[in-house]
Amino acid sequence: MRIRRFTEPIFESLIKICGYSSGFVVLLIIVFLFKEGISFFGSSPVEEGFTMYVHASNPVKDLSAAQIKDVFDQKITNWKALGGADQPIDFEFLPKCIDSYMDSLPGSLAFFPSAQTDGKLKSAIPIKIDKITVGKFLSDTEWFPTSRPAARMGVMPLLLGTLLVSFFAIIIALPLGLAASIYLAEIADERIRKILKPVIELLAGIPSVVYGFFGLVVIVPLVQSTFNLPVGETALAGSIVLAIMALPTIITVSEDALRTTPRAMKEASLALGASQWQTIRLVTVPYAASGITAAAILGIGRAIGETMAALMVTGNSAIMPPTLLQPVRTIPATIAAELGEAPFGGLHFQALFALGCLLFIITLIINLLVERVSAKRN
Amino acid sequence: MANKLETIDVHLHYGEFHALKGISLAIPDHSVTALIGPSGCGKSTYLRLFNRMNDLIPYTKITGQVLMDGEDIYKIKSSKIDHLRRTVGMVFQKPNPFPKSIFENVAYGLRVNGISDNSFIENQVEKTLRQAALWEEVKDKLKKSAFELSGGQQQRLCIARALAIEPTVILMDEPASALDPISTGKIEDLIFELKDQYTIIIVTHNMQQAGRVSDYTGFFYLGNLIEFDKTKKIFTNPSKQETENYITGRFG
Amino acid sequence: MEFPESNERRKKLGQAIMFGLSRGISYGIVALLFLILFFIVKQGIGVINWEFLTAMPTDGMTKGGIWPAIVGTVYLVLGSMLFAFPVGVMAGIYVNEYAVAGPVKRFVKMMTNNLAGVPSIIFGLFGMALFVNQMGFGASILAGSLTLGLLALPIVIRTTEEALKSVDDTFRQASYALGGSKLYTIRKVVLPIALPNILTGLILAVGRVSGETAPILFTVAAYFLPKLPSSIMDQAMALPYHLYVISTSGTQIEASRPMAYGTAFVLVVIVLIVNIAAALLRNYFGKKVKMN
Repeated sequence: MRIRRFTEPIFESLIKICGYSSGFVVLLIIVFLFKEGISFFGSSPVEEGFTMYVHASNPVKDLSAAQIKDVFDQKITNWKALGGADQPIDFEFLPKCIDSYMDSLPGSLAFFPSAQTDGKLKSAIPIKIDKITVGKFLSDTEWFPTSRPAARMGVMPLLLGTLLVSFFAIIIALPLGLAASIYLAEIADERIRKILKPVIELLAGIPSVVYGFFGLVVIVPLVQSTFNLPVGETALAGSIVLAIMALPTIITVSEDALRTTPRAMKEASLALGASQWQTIRLVTVPYAASGITAAAILGIGRAIGETMAALMVTGNSAIMPPTLLQPVRTIPATIAAELGEAPFGGLHFQALFALGCLLFIITLIINLLVERVSAKRN
Repeated sequence: MANKLETIDVHLHYGEFHALKGISLAIPDHSVTALIGPSGCGKSTYLRLFNRMNDLIPYTKITGQVLMDGEDIYKIKSSKIDHLRRTVGMVFQKPNPFPKSIFENVAYGLRVNGISDNSFIENQVEKTLRQAALWEEVKDKLKKSAFELSGGQQQRLCIARALAIEPTVILMDEPASALDPISTGKIEDLIFELKDQYTIIIVTHNMQQAGRVSDYTGFFYLGNLIEFDKTKKIFTNPSKQETENYITGRFG
Repeated sequence: MEFPESNERRKKLGQAIMFGLSRGISYGIVALLFLILFFIVKQGIGVINWEFLTAMPTDGMTKGGIWPAIVGTVYLVLGSMLFAFPVGVMAGIYVNEYAVAGPVKRFVKMMTNNLAGVPSIIFGLFGMALFVNQMGFGASILAGSLTLGLLALPIVIRTTEEALKSVDDTFRQASYALGGSKLYTIRKVVLPIALPNILTGLILAVGRVSGETAPILFTVAAYFLPKLPSSIMDQAMALPYHLYVISTSGTQIEASRPMAYGTAFVLVVIVLIVNIAAALLRNYFGKKVKMN
């Protein structure tokens, strides 16, 4: 008895601490994700330890990552396009000696380790390179995190790719899921429902990597041959696989919502001579509308966050703008594919954490939306 | 007076449960009949025979005859059930308007039964809302959600909804049990108004209410119809001991 | 009033079409599930033999077995549950038995919901930042287990909470009436009744954890290891990650296809076992509790 008096408070405080665990974990996730993600902004897109130099007489004082890449790809060959004098750009990647190189070429642009210059330069001056900002991260339309001399880290193609794949998945899954939930909640008799429901819930238990594998060996070739495409790994293949994966969520949540429609309300409709289907269409579904909306939003959320299946079947090309019959690249798939190769703490590493932050914010918004929508009903 | 509705030796089983045990009863046209009895006595189940609402409950078995205007409504083709339900209106225990506007609630029965003439629908909605003594209160907010009305108004809306498709029979399942006394009074006045045009059956727990509104009263007990007679007779001089016990409040 | 007769036919036809359609779609979804299962079973079952299950992979993972991946997954499941089960059950007890209805309880429940909605790749990022780097565990079974444990936490919390909620209050009151303290009542009365349902949650969490790939990508998973892990600070192979790598990367994708089908088959069998076990447990104990 005495021991218990001593141990009980200990246990009870332990229970209380555990009670806050999920809140604590969410907090930790936010801290660690954003710590890395935020340090991404404000850094220079040029590789650490290197600087871009121009001739001292050059009027161009700053360049953006996009402009540097265009110069590098020889899409821009004249300083005029960058706001300078009308002279060709001589681009040199790691010249032997920056000063002597620059001296002879007034139109030169060079990528050079900053440590080797020691700050004593006659003819070359470092050019200012635009820092990465939130705005640029969100609006830049190219994702080339490893391109040198300046990385392009625009989230736009990834974000649009994610949204395209997810929304199209829901466009496929919602009508099917809604029909199935109506069947389970309103039409099927109890015996059939008891068999069908666990079977459909089994769909939710299959690991996403198995869906990805199934998509890879079945859906991808199917899409390729149906649309006569060079590759089958496309946004469409991703949407189909994600639609299958979203089905159990949509069915379970909307069935629960349909079941909350009061029996008396359905009876009132039938008592007025409405058919069973009219009752479902005009009374039951409208009554459950907010729950069905919640189901759709949840389904989109699942699809947006899905990693492995998207990684395995969408083809992973950051094409802009993304289209259904081309490969696309989603945010989670990008993180999964690139984090292993990104040097720890580097710009690319931080960029992937920034992507993680964005994904986290999107799912948080979706969770809050779902809570708002379902709270409205009560 | 002709009999609008009649049941002959009706038995009803819900699975193992024997809910109605051979009920034979004739209900006259253009009258109000009250069904009384303790909870679980079968009076609501009996009421729901007349628009075949019991069909919706699984494992229900019905034997005997249920006649409306002399025709057995359990022998009609299943495709005619909607038609039957159109001629038998029903008002439920709790107000249960649809999640739609006031106007659309009343128009619902017309629309699902294929009427699309909007001016006709508008007239009919106004007419029935007046009949249900609700028009003056809602005429300026017909587009508002029916959920914005008070409980008593919602119940009168449900009555208007039932009247809009011009049934000949109205079934009322404890229509005032969820309402305050003032709303209850309004509903009772309404029942009184309606009885010239309709045959009304009302299930009620409230003895005074049965006495006030009905012409005939049937007393149900444990699935049996104990006694059926003129309301006045039942309340002043019942012929069965059980009826007297119930009416004088000795059980139930 | 005249009701158009044609409407009756339209109503009947509309109902027949829509009922048929929704029934067809429902059965179609079930058929799709069976198609997926059947496909993987058909392709994979030929690969399954004693050697496949117990041998190390050989020839650039085109031959041999998946033994280290099975071992790795078992370690990860055990490790994650060792963490998530006690913490999750206690959190569930807190939410249902201790937390008073109000903003705090709402907040705790909201956080649990939010955590359940966090995409698994975020857990991977987070596990890498916290366990692998910050705490210095490196890519290891320890880091992977903790990451998976966090992912499983909301599942355990929610099922525990539901299980406790379904215990009738009269049991608690009876115990209090006999002088039992709150904790004693929970331990001796409430938990034993709720146990089968809590265990169902545990089983479902095991199913989830054993199939997750994204959280272990950077926290533990190894492409190939020549020997089994010998401590919790070692990297490990795991079934889902193994399936991922042999079906998407490497130079011999075609040659390793049979291995991939076999691995997918094993994963699907785990899912089926887990779901059947959960259903049986629920049925078996569900009846037993009623009998008492």
